[in-house]
Amino acid sequence: MSQFATIREVRDAVRSGARSAVDVCHEVLDRIEAQNGTLNAFNTVTRERALTQAAAVDASPARRSLPLAGVPVALKDNLCTRGVRTTASSKILEQFIPPYDATVVARLEAAGAVMVGKTNCDEFAMGSSNENSAFGPARNPWDTDRIPGGSSGGSAVAVAAGMAPLALGSDTGGSIRQPASLCGLVGLKPTYGRVSRYGLLAFASSLDQIGPFARTVEDAAIAMNVLAGHDPLDATSAPETVPDYTTALGNSGTGGLRIGVPRALVNEGVDPRVSAAFTEALAAYRAAGATLVDIALPYASAAIPVYYLVATAEASSNLARYDGVRFGFRAGPEGGPGAQDDLRTMYGRSRELGFGAEVKRRIMLGTYVLSAGYYDAYYLKAQQVRTLIRRDYEQAFEQVDVVAMPTSPTPAFRIGERVADPLQMYLADVFTVSANLAGLPAISIPCGFTEDQLPIGLQLTGRMFDETTLLSAAHAYEQQTAWWKAQPTL
Amino acid sequence: MLAFAMPATFSRSQIEAIASLAHLRLDEEEIELYARQLGDILEYANQVQNIDTTGVPPTASVAARHEADRPDTVRASLDRTEALANAPDASLESGLFKVPRVIG
Repeated sequence: MSQFATIREVRDAVRSGARSAVDVCHEVLDRIEAQNGTLNAFNTVTRERALTQAAAVDASPARRSLPLAGVPVALKDNLCTRGVRTTASSKILEQFIPPYDATVVARLEAAGAVMVGKTNCDEFAMGSSNENSAFGPARNPWDTDRIPGGSSGGSAVAVAAGMAPLALGSDTGGSIRQPASLCGLVGLKPTYGRVSRYGLLAFASSLDQIGPFARTVEDAAIAMNVLAGHDPLDATSAPETVPDYTTALGNSGTGGLRIGVPRALVNEGVDPRVSAAFTEALAAYRAAGATLVDIALPYASAAIPVYYLVATAEASSNLARYDGVRFGFRAGPEGGPGAQDDLRTMYGRSRELGFGAEVKRRIMLGTYVLSAGYYDAYYLKAQQVRTLIRRDYEQAFEQVDVVAMPTSPTPAFRIGERVADPLQMYLADVFTVSANLAGLPAISIPCGFTEDQLPIGLQLTGRMFDETTLLSAAHAYEQQTAWWKAQPTL
Repeated sequence: MLAFAMPATFSRSQIEAIASLAHLRLDEEEIELYARQLGDILEYANQVQNIDTTGVPPTASVAARHEADRPDTVRASLDRTEALANAPDASLESGLFKVPRVIG
């Protein structure tokens, strides 16, 4: 099978006239049509809009010279798209048609990208397996009996299966990095504030960040050049200057790079196949001239409880807006047609019937930890420990440039294996949540496979707004390895 | 900090009280399920109680400090018809969202 094209290959081919954007678009649409029935990566395919956008690129020399000219992009279905249904994979938003575009969507389209559809995810981005979707689970193209990871599972599947060279996800506790790891891709969670979240359906506002899935580190850098930057429509977006992330890749080389390894953390509860791949990746870095430094992140082991207290509290507040009044699903009256509910009954029934089990569980937990009498013991306490986790990283970054961990403690597990045990599911995020709690950028890159061809990912975490070092360190590793070239057999 | 011990399971009335705060209706099965699962999750989360946070300020946001103020100028916003287009029940003529009767 020929290699799926990368972002750079598509862009260069469209730019030079070697391929038309429409031709590229047809190729991925055909692949979506052939595979989506099995993989369930897309909730909505925007075929006509994609072909129109692609034709507009072909028709204009100015558009053909854009940084993402003719590049098909898949968008997680929690990013608002004007006129295109945006569901967050929830029944409560099944018919929601946003009247505006998320800033990232506007930026991508202004850069010449072609939107092919909206991808499946865990409902409101709550989950680590994509099984909490009202539209059924997305499936991992490396083994369709297994989960692709979550919550941005459909976006990962789309890129891994050649349905788009670029996809966007959102990452609140690992929702870009973990599916990237489980599907053999590059996935970047930028620094908090680096990418505008205007038009992202909010889950936990102090943690959420939008970022790209791609097949190469260079592709992720090309995407970040378009996505990053200040947006007056998002008060949390940062005014820091955006560097050209692709130039940094030219300097790559690991000589002098100091990599922190939190040994105590990564020695526990990790699948031996993941541990072996992680150890080999570290050895490759050392062989290339990097220095490995043992570091302690003493509070990182508390990251999961802190995360599930903070994230659920924020979710219970953010999801209060779904009440069946201004948008979304409203339940009919309890007594049937003609009967009348009072307002509270209408709210309660709309939310009962509109939300799935995990979303309700988190709303309940979040409501409880914010409620009078428990706020100090849970929410405030969690935020204090969050400060300690941030300080862990601040201290580590006095000695090292990046911190390395596996992305996920296990390869992709089987669909259904963990659904009955939410706590077990939450532990899938053990290595990813601390970057969100501390606001740091983190990337997952392919670093191996199990014997049965399940991808394994390496995670690097960097300093605030230092995506450049992260991308450069990831690129250096990628240049020495061939993991990223592997593709699933479909 | 108050001394704190959470039961491993929630009572039915506790779950109903939380659900009421969250404007969520739950069926019998859900009440039972969440009573157990919330207890399990909080028991696990209780490990944060063992961490000494004396004098540690809470982190509410990791946003870099910067001026987020902007000039108070009028600019185009969502058209009223567009704003109402997703409402399950709206009066387009009067430009209002409709809700069930609130006052008897």
